[in-house]
Amino acid sequence: MDKDEYKKLVKEYTPKENKMRNAIIAFLVGGGISFVGQLVASFMQVTFGMEIAESYVWLCILTIFVASFLTALGFFDNFVSKCGCGLIIPTTGFAHSMTSSALDVKKDGLITGLGASFFKLAGSVLLYGILAGFFFSILGVIIYG
Amino acid sequence: MIYVNAFILGGFICLIGELILDNTKLTPGHITSIFTVLGAFLSFLGIYPKLIEWGGAGATMMISNFGNLLYQGGYEGFHSAEILGFASGLLTKVSAAVTMAIVFAFIFAIFFKPKD
Repeated sequence: MDKDEYKKLVKEYTPKENKMRNAIIAFLVGGGISFVGQLVASFMQVTFGMEIAESYVWLCILTIFVASFLTALGFFDNFVSKCGCGLIIPTTGFAHSMTSSALDVKKDGLITGLGASFFKLAGSVLLYGILAGFFFSILGVIIYG
Repeated sequence: MIYVNAFILGGFICLIGELILDNTKLTPGHITSIFTVLGAFLSFLGIYPKLIEWGGAGATMMISNFGNLLYQGGYEGFHSAEILGFASGLLTKVSAAVTMAIVFAFIFAIFFKPKD
């Protein structure tokens, strides 16, 4: 068997990532989370008389709690690898990245493990979010007053 | 119907993310960072608050809302505390999410064992 033949064979047996399927799953999962989230937010507005903005903050906290809890129980890694961006882009992804990195490094101790690596994955969101928010808000004040 | 709008908007944002993830070499870390910055940018353009009005949770549950809230915090901070407000107001609106994410992640990390 020569090189080219071998390459062909490898290509044939490598499992293909089905991009179309991934995209549909991401759409349905992300949409489903938003749909359920909206139900919860509207429920809180009606039942507890919350303002709209307040209900979204509570919703965010609830989402973070559920995602962190499921991550700690060990279910969530599996879900994330199946649903891709459907779970990564919502706040669930943020909570998942924090909890999973915290779980991974806790064996290294409270300071050198948890303290040093707590924000390993979520750190980039915080860093670039804060930078962008800072400079855009200055730009916003300059332009809009 | 805000429920249907939420489904469409939330699904659409995740769909864009998945398309980027599958067709480029960017990792999930890149994508969440890009979406956060994009959220701040859309907020700067005045688009993000309209998305929230239209799609409700479809916009507020996404990581891009993190950028939106940071921008709003900085912008409103300036109007209540002038120049200092950029710094003192920036994190006010994301405080709840970040604080609770830290608290939950820490508590669960202490009480649960990593699964491998």
